[in-house]
Amino acid sequence: MSESQRNRERDSEATFGEYGGQYVPEALMPAVQELEDAYERYVLENEDGFMDEFRERMRDFGGRPTPLQRADRLSERYDREIYLKREDLLHGGAHKLNNALGQVLLAKYMGKERIIAETGAGQHGTATAMAAAHLDMPCEIYMGRTDINRQRPNVYRMRMNGAEVNPVDAGSATLKEAINETMRDWATTVERTHYVIGSIVGPHPFPKVVRDFQAVIGREAREQIQEQAGRLPDSVVACAGGGSNTMGAFHEFVPDESVALHAVEAGGSSLDIDEKKGLAPNSATLSTGTDGVLHGAMTKLLQSGDGQIMESHSVSAGLDYAGVGPELSHLVDTGRVTPVSVDDDDALNGFHRLSRLEGIIPALESSHALGYLERAAGPAADGRAAKPRDENYEELGDLVVVNVSGRGDKDLETVLEETEKRDLEAAPEVEVFDS
Amino acid sequence: MSGETNAQTDSDIEAAIRENHPALISYITAGDPSLEDTKEYVEALDRGGADLIELGLPFSEPIAEGPTIQAAINRALDAGTTPQGFFELVDELETEAPLLVMTYYNMILQYGSEPDVRPFVERAAEAGLSGIIVPDLPAEEADPLRDACDDHGLDLVFIVAPTTEGERLETIMSQVSGFAYVQARLGTTGARADVSNATHDSLTRLEEYDVPKAVGFGVSEGDHAAEIVEAGADGVIVGSALVDIIAEHEEGDAPAADDLEAKARELKRGALRGAEGDVPEPEQP
Ligand SMILES: Cc1ncc(COP(=O)(O)O)c(C=O)c1O
Repeated sequence: MSESQRNRERDSEATFGEYGGQYVPEALMPAVQELEDAYERYVLENEDGFMDEFRERMRDFGGRPTPLQRADRLSERYDREIYLKREDLLHGGAHKLNNALGQVLLAKYMGKERIIAETGAGQHGTATAMAAAHLDMPCEIYMGRTDINRQRPNVYRMRMNGAEVNPVDAGSATLKEAINETMRDWATTVERTHYVIGSIVGPHPFPKVVRDFQAVIGREAREQIQEQAGRLPDSVVACAGGGSNTMGAFHEFVPDESVALHAVEAGGSSLDIDEKKGLAPNSATLSTGTDGVLHGAMTKLLQSGDGQIMESHSVSAGLDYAGVGPELSHLVDTGRVTPVSVDDDDALNGFHRLSRLEGIIPALESSHALGYLERAAGPAADGRAAKPRDENYEELGDLVVVNVSGRGDKDLETVLEETEKRDLEAAPEVEVFDS
Repeated sequence: MSGETNAQTDSDIEAAIRENHPALISYITAGDPSLEDTKEYVEALDRGGADLIELGLPFSEPIAEGPTIQAAINRALDAGTTPQGFFELVDELETEAPLLVMTYYNMILQYGSEPDVRPFVERAAEAGLSGIIVPDLPAEEADPLRDACDDHGLDLVFIVAPTTEGERLETIMSQVSGFAYVQARLGTTGARADVSNATHDSLTRLEEYDVPKAVGFGVSEGDHAAEIVEAGADGVIVGSALVDIIAEHEEGDAPAADDLEAKARELKRGALRGAEGDVPEPEQP
């Protein structure tokens, strides 16, 4: 076989259409290939009963399956059936454990001795720290200083579980910089260490590994909705940062062509970008990004014309990232996934609305999916003519599954602060905001 | 097949290493602290005896870099360094030493109006660059860039890491041209106080390949250069130790050129001593 033939054959496995690949320093290639091998044997072929052990631990330690709950008051408000996939009820308070436990267990099967991970909102770091404690592995987490300051409770939780938290001060000191620093650690310690990447990003096979561990969300939801509503939904809605809860919720539905898949990105304060300053006041990569290579993969990116990566922004730390999973980029290009976005205000309103109407305090990340419901299906007579209805509203249909990827305890401080700054229609007027 | 390489018969880079054996390869970041300064620094390194000069084209996410070069890249980006400005600098440079560009893959892809490696390679050839090094481009992803480099007579230098072995080593060595960049140790770039054992192991693994081998990542002193050349390297690559000099001077503001020239001389002398077997005992920690 010629070199280029071999490369082409490999490519179809390592890529999603034109996205994906393995753009990493040479020192990491053997580790990435070792992971490919482990993924095939343990995840795809269940060697040594790996997947059985994983599922058992996700049930007993993680609390799976999570419920699919009909949201009565949202259904009434939006005049259609709204079901919530309650990943906020998973141990740790977010979908992140699905992947973290899977990868830490995989690292154990691979004979690795140390775990490292990046974290943005701290949810992935928390989940990894929990999984590492549960499986008795030493663990270090890299986290941007900005995120440390806005997600303190999660920093304490990681420490309680015995993980070291290393602050990262470079750039805007958020998720992108944390990934850079974790990759640098990995390039130094690769022989003994596994890097538990936190979303469907990074070099092949990470996007597939993470997706397969997260796909349980959609697998359960697809069964549950048919049991409870008697049919497949018209649409599935999930927020998208890197896109792990997104592909986790979507994967099983991708072949169901009648089901619309809406990925809700962070519109931040505006969808415009400032090339000069290298700033994008949003994280709407699927909606506005261009093709390029970041963190090991070809994907859609927020970047300048020269190829410098922009500093992104979102009120939600977990969505604040200038890249996105290559599989989502591909599914957007093929038209299978519809990218939409809501801004910081909409997300905060989504947060307050779910808290008030359903008694569920959602993560700010998940609040974007809820904010989108309002934008797409909110009461027309709402007096908010300033913002037009989202143009994709018709695709939502009569039966909607929304992935509530996490709970919002970690966000209370941010929400208090951000709510005080604005005039939000859904915010409650309670004492706590005046304190 | 073992021992086979992609050697270009007319490679400036390979010739520069073979004719000036053992070679000194220097790295600095273009635009740190400004492109005008870079011009002076490159000329100083050329005078000081650098046989090849790598210029870093700054990228915002330098994942292979340690703190020293990360800081240099930040200074260069803060100074507004762009690929256009970089190529204009190279247009002006007239050095004895061939020049290479070291940058990340996204910078190469984005140079034209849509993601494609060719416009960058064409412009690099036009500016007179002799080769390209891309720290986040493993051989598996390199086909498009290697084809473009072959078409324009540029060398594409690959990094051989301490973890590179077996079939992968053969694949890489079959694609290498100019020289093999032997990464002295796992981790990121940055000046170190010693020469790692991994260097000796890597050079042994590469013995059978007939392409020049240059060792980088952590080389900071003449004595390191001597030890590495004695271990069988055809060249030493020094970056962070030079960038440190630039950073110190930026705070002071006296021009760094003289010190860079002197440092290049020290390193080149060290390399030459290594070739003569005149190597000091490494200090025991
Ligand atoms: C609750 C929650 N949802 C979503 C995300 C975004 O990640 P992803 O897009 O990979 O699901 C995060 C990230 O931290 C999160 O904590």
